[in-house]
Amino acid sequence: MYEEGSALSVLLDVKNLVVRFYTQEGTVFAVNGVSFELEEGETLGIVGESGSGKSVSSLALMGLIPSPPGKVESGTVMFEGRDLLTLKPDQMRLIRGKEIAMIFQDPMTSLNPVLTIGTQITESLKLHEGMNTSQSRKRAADLLDMVGIPDAYRRLDDYPHQFSGGMRQRVMIAMGLSCNPKLLIADEPTTALDVTIQAQIIELVKQLKDEFNMAMIWITHDLGVVAGIADRIQVMYGGRIMESGSSHEVFGDSRHPYTEGLLGSLPRLDSSGEEKLTQIEGSPPDMRNEPVGCPFAPRCDIRENLNLEQCWNDRPPLETVPGDGGDGTHVMSCWADIREGVA
Amino acid sequence: MSSQVMTAEKRKSLDESDVILEVTDLKKYFPISAGIVFQRQVGAVRAVDGISFHVIRGETLGLVGESGCGKSTTGRTILQLYRPTEGSVRFEGQELSTMSGNDLRQMRRRMQIIFQDPFASLNPRMTVGSIVSEPLQIHKIYSNKKERQQYVEQLMEKVGLNPYFINRYPHEFSGGQRQRIGIARALALEPSFIVADEPISALDVSIQAQVVNLMEELQDELNLTYLFIAHDLSMVRHICDRVAVMYLGKIVELGPVDEVYDNPQHPYTQALLSAVPVPDPQVEEDRQRIIISGDLPSPSSPPTGCNFNTRCPVRFDLCFEEPDPPLIEARPQHYVSCHRVT
Ligand SMILES: Nc1ncnc2c1ncn2[C@@H]1O[C@H](COP(=O)(O)OP(=O)(O)O)[C@@H](O)[C@H]1O
Ligand SMILES: Nc1ncnc2c1ncn2[C@@H]1O[C@H](COP(=O)(O)OP(=O)(O)O)[C@@H](O)[C@H]1O
Ligand code: SF4
Ligand code: SF4
Ligand SMILES: [Mg+2]
Ligand SMILES: [Mg+2]
Repeated sequence: MYEEGSALSVLLDVKNLVVRFYTQEGTVFAVNGVSFELEEGETLGIVGESGSGKSVSSLALMGLIPSPPGKVESGTVMFEGRDLLTLKPDQMRLIRGKEIAMIFQDPMTSLNPVLTIGTQITESLKLHEGMNTSQSRKRAADLLDMVGIPDAYRRLDDYPHQFSGGMRQRVMIAMGLSCNPKLLIADEPTTALDVTIQAQIIELVKQLKDEFNMAMIWITHDLGVVAGIADRIQVMYGGRIMESGSSHEVFGDSRHPYTEGLLGSLPRLDSSGEEKLTQIEGSPPDMRNEPVGCPFAPRCDIRENLNLEQCWNDRPPLETVPGDGGDGTHVMSCWADIREGVA
Repeated sequence: MSSQVMTAEKRKSLDESDVILEVTDLKKYFPISAGIVFQRQVGAVRAVDGISFHVIRGETLGLVGESGCGKSTTGRTILQLYRPTEGSVRFEGQELSTMSGNDLRQMRRRMQIIFQDPFASLNPRMTVGSIVSEPLQIHKIYSNKKERQQYVEQLMEKVGLNPYFINRYPHEFSGGQRQRIGIARALALEPSFIVADEPISALDVSIQAQVVNLMEELQDELNLTYLFIAHDLSMVRHICDRVAVMYLGKIVELGPVDEVYDNPQHPYTQALLSAVPVPDPQVEEDRQRIIISGDLPSPSSPPTGCNFNTRCPVRFDLCFEEPDPPLIEARPQHYVSCHRVT
C-alpha cells in the first residue's frame, strides 16, 4: 500500500537492520540498528572505516549474509513493495542481478577464473532476459563496448586473468548493468585501483547511472570519492549510522563529532599542508563487545569536554540535527551539539 | 625570487648544501627467464630505469606514481636490499653500490625501512620487546640485557606505545599500534635516513593522521630524513618538502611540493593530480578532470621515445623518437621530463 505523494519515489526503505555473526571467538555485533531510505535515481554514499558495517549492511539487504555464522536478527528491507528479508532464496536470486546488481572491490572474487568473460555475461542474460546464444553474445559485446573495453567482440572469449584490474572492474560493471537494474550497489569498487584508473571508472559509472536511470549505493572509506558522486552521505561507525544528510550538509556543515574528526584528519590536495593534522585518539571499536551507549564514546573529545555521562550508557537516537535549516533530512546520532562543545 | 626556497624555509630550515643521499642514473632490471630445464633470460623488467635525484638532510622527499612504476624498487635499491643493475647511490658521502660485507652492514645501521603492512612485516612469534631489540642484537649493541630492555622501553614510549606491553605479541595490537612497533624497530639503531614504503596505506583514515603526526614529531626531534613512498597524493603534499613523480621506472617531474602541486608541468602529473578526489562537494562540482585513457604499459617492453606516449593527451611526433625527453629545470628547482616543456 502506497502513501500519497513522496512515498512513491522511495525505492528502498531499510528499517532497523540488525546483523550478528556467531563465531568461535564470540558474537560479532556487526550492524546494530541501521535505517535509511533511498529514492529512485538517487546516489547514496556510505562512508566509514573498515569494520564499521558497510559491507555487512549491503550484503544483508541482498540476502547474502553467510549463515551460519551470520544472522539477520531483525529489520525490514522494503523494495518495490516487498520485504526482501522475507523472500525465498530463489525469489531473491531473481531480484539479484535483475533488479539489484552489486559490484565489489575485487572483481576476481565474483568472476569465475575458468570461464570466459563472454560465458559469464551471457549466462545472466539467458537466465534473466531469456535470450538465446547469439542474441546474448551480441548484447554482451555491446555491453563491453559501452564500458570502454576495446575490441569487445573478440574479448568475449578471453578469461578474467587476461584483463587488467581496471578492465576487470569494467567487465563487472557491464555484467551488473546487463539486465537494467533499478539499483546498483558498489562496494569499494575502486579501492584497489590507481587514481587515474579510479577516475576513469567513476566517470564511467556516473555517465551510465544517468543513462540507465538507476539508483546507486556507493560504499567507500574514501571521503573524497563520495564527495564527487553522492547526492547523500551516510557516515557509519561501529555498525551504526552516525550522521546522514545531503553531501553539502555532511561535508560543509558536519555536526557529528566523528564526522568532524574524520574530516579534520584528512590532508587537502588543494592547500599546502602546514598545520598539524587533527587526530582522533584511540582505535576503532572491537565489534565483539555488545554495543551500549554511543560507539564513539571512548574516542570522543566532545563527550570529554562536556563531561557527558549518558554517552556511555544510552544510545543516542538518529534525529534531525539541532537548528537544521533544511528539510529535516540532515540527521545524526549524538547527545551533544558540537557547536557548544568546541567553543 | 623563487617561492621554492621559501617553501622549504617555512616548513623547516634545511641546509640545501647538506646532501645526505645522491642517486645518479640508477637502474634496477629484474631478469625474466624462460625454459623448464635450461633457464635462459628472455627479457628484463625495467623496474627502475635511470633515475637521478638527491635528498637533503632533514627533508622528506615524496615518491609518488601508480602501482608498478618502481617506487618500492627504488627504495630497496637505495638501501642495497636489491643491488643496482647500474648507477650510483652515495649516502653520507660513501658509494653504496660497490660496498659489501661488513662495510655495508655498518652503513645499513644509518638507513632503515618501514613497510606498508605492519602485520606482514612483524614476526608473529616474537614479542614486541624482541622485535624492537632484534636489530640491537644483530649489531651487538647493549650486551647488558637490562640496559637493552630500558632502551627498548624508551623507544616504545617515544612512538606512543605503553612499555607495559613489551611482552605482548603483534596480533594483540591494532593496525596503528603495529605500525608504531615497526617505527620503533626502525629507530632502534638511530638511523639518519628512513625509507617509508607506503607506511599508512593499510591503516584506517582516523589512524593515518596519528602515524603521520608521529613521523613528523620524530623527524623534528631526531633530525631524520625520509623518503616517503605513497600513493595518497594529499598526504604527500602534507608531509613532504619535495616530491618526485615516477612513471614506468623514470622520474618525470621533481620539485618542491607546493610548486609541483600548484603548477604541475608534466602531462602525467597533471592527470594524476586532477584524478585525486577532494572531500568537498563544491570543489568536486567545479573540477575539470583530465582523464587519461588506457593502462600502464608493461615495464618489460616500455614504449620507444617518451614512456608516457601511449596515454599522453598532448603527444606529438617528437614524443615517439629517441632519445626520450631529459629531465630539465623548467622553473626554479622544478624539473620536468617532457618535450612540450622547455
Ligand atoms: N563472515 C563473517 N564472520 C564474522 N564476522 C564478520 C563476517 N563478515 C563481517 N564480519 C564482521 O562484521 C563487522 C562489520 O564488517 P563489514 O561490514 O565488512 O565492515 P566494512 O565493510 O565497513 O569494512 C566487522 O567487525 C567484521 O569483522
Ligand atoms: N623482485 C622482483 N622480481 C621481478 N620483478 C619485480 C620484482 N619487484 C618488483 N618487480 C616489478 O618491477 C616493477 C616495479 O615494481 P615496484 O617497485 O614494486 O613498484 P611500486 O612500488 O611503484 O608499485 C613492477 O613491474 C614489478 O612487477
Ligand atoms: S553521543 Fe556522546 S560520545 Fe557519542 S559522539 Fe555524541 S558526544 Fe560523542
Ligand atoms: S614528451 Fe610527449 S608524450 Fe611525453 S609527456 Fe611530453 S608531450 Fe606527452
Ligand atoms: Mg567492506
Ligand atoms: Mg610499492
